[in-house]
Amino acid sequence: MGHRRAPGELESGVLATLWAADGPLTAAQVGERLPGDDLAYTTVLTILSRLFDKGMVMRQRAGRGYAYEPARDEAAHTAERMRDLLDGGPDRAAVLSRFVSELSAEDERLLHELLGDGR
Amino acid sequence: MRISVYVPLAVSAVLAVLAPRLAHRLPPRRAAWALACAALVTTAGWLGALALLAFTALARIPEIARQGAWSAAVLSAAEPVRLFVGVAGAAGLLAACTGLAVSCVRQVRAASRIRRECARLPGDAELVVLDDASPEAFALPGGLRAPGRIVVSRSMLSCLDGREREALLAHERAHLRGRHHLFQAVWRLSAAANPMLRPLAGSGCYVLERWADEEAADRVGDRSVVARAVARAALAASGTPRRSLAATGGAVPRRVRALLAPPPRQRRLPLPLLAGGLLLALCCGSLADATMDNEEILDAATYAACAPPLAAMPPMTIPPGDQAGDQAGDQPVMSRWRRSAVARPKAGSLMCVSNSRTWTVLPRRPSRKALNSVPSTTGSW
Repeated sequence: MGHRRAPGELESGVLATLWAADGPLTAAQVGERLPGDDLAYTTVLTILSRLFDKGMVMRQRAGRGYAYEPARDEAAHTAERMRDLLDGGPDRAAVLSRFVSELSAEDERLLHELLGDGR
Repeated sequence: MRISVYVPLAVSAVLAVLAPRLAHRLPPRRAAWALACAALVTTAGWLGALALLAFTALARIPEIARQGAWSAAVLSAAEPVRLFVGVAGAAGLLAACTGLAVSCVRQVRAASRIRRECARLPGDAELVVLDDASPEAFALPGGLRAPGRIVVSRSMLSCLDGREREALLAHERAHLRGRHHLFQAVWRLSAAANPMLRPLAGSGCYVLERWADEEAADRVGDRSVVARAVARAALAASGTPRRSLAATGGAVPRRVRALLAPPPRQRRLPLPLLAGGLLLALCCGSLADATMDNEEILDAATYAACAPPLAAMPPMTIPPGDQAGDQAGDQPVMSRWRRSAVARPKAGSLMCVSNSRTWTVLPRRPSRKALNSVPSTTGSW
């Protein structure tokens, strides 16, 4: 993984990690869960405090530092709007390239098989 | 023209069959560009061929012939294509243009709606997370200046591990950076103009996903991580009722399999690309040939309109009913000759009667017989 990541990309990674977690995470925990071991603790802390300044994460005291969790109030509202957007027919679907398309029963069986091989 | 005008139509048919194979044999990035070029050239060829066919039919209508100052009778006699084929071409052209216009309006509308939504998304971070229980991930392209956003639902994030999340983000980032929605627009427009190109558009969708997959694999540094991310995301999404969107069905297992296989090799000049290039060159060449033939026939018809006795000579004959077309004003015809830089042939000189490519000697003076055979034109000579 020789890639240097842009600050925007790191921010996305940290945010994704916080959302995927079950509860609040400290900066050290976020660092552990981020792929790639080249991230310094201070880098993660910087990103977290930037996200906090933007109002995208909330924090609470945990020991000597903070534990962070994502701000959820706007996300539910946005989800509704995006749901509307996705229901807009093939022309919109073509613009919004989705990560995965629908699966048939046969596809599912094949994927399970492939996952077994891939591990 | 008798054959070459149909070549672009045949090339679209061949591409419809060939495109899916091409998409599998080439590295995805190259395949996407090849398919986009193929779609553009074939659509232009398709429209051009239909326009030529339509013209051969329309030019025989006396009113249009009078406007263009050519002889409708000579055009009919030359008959490069049968009348019903020409009429079918005109109908096809109308359908293609209508389809193109409708698709264009729809796409512009969809794109502007998406851009509006993109601008309204909270914050300015690259990633927008939806607090949604159904696994969802897609890229929202921005405008010309605004960067696009990656939209992922909470449940999609939580069903992947750290490296798989990175793969997912890298995949969507690749879509945004490569401006893949523009490729989609080209394919959708060409499929609207020419329904035979629909398979090509379908393969295009798949190729773009593969392109983003490969870029993500490059980013994450491990192909199997991306394969696992795609497979797990698809399985998670199939468990929940999904919103009905027509996506490329059956593509996910193929993507996963391609990621588990070694990376595609970049050959210097791959055979499919060469074949596709030749096909497109054939398309352009034959369209040019057909256009030139059509121009020659038209020149002959124009000359016939200004020199009726010549037209009366075999093999071209003017039926007596075609007086209107032949009485077209002399002035526009003269200017036409001048414009096309062809010297107006003098009596007694050699001239080429166009399409048949035979040399004919013009009579020094129109013979009485010739004049009599076209009674209406004696006055104008």
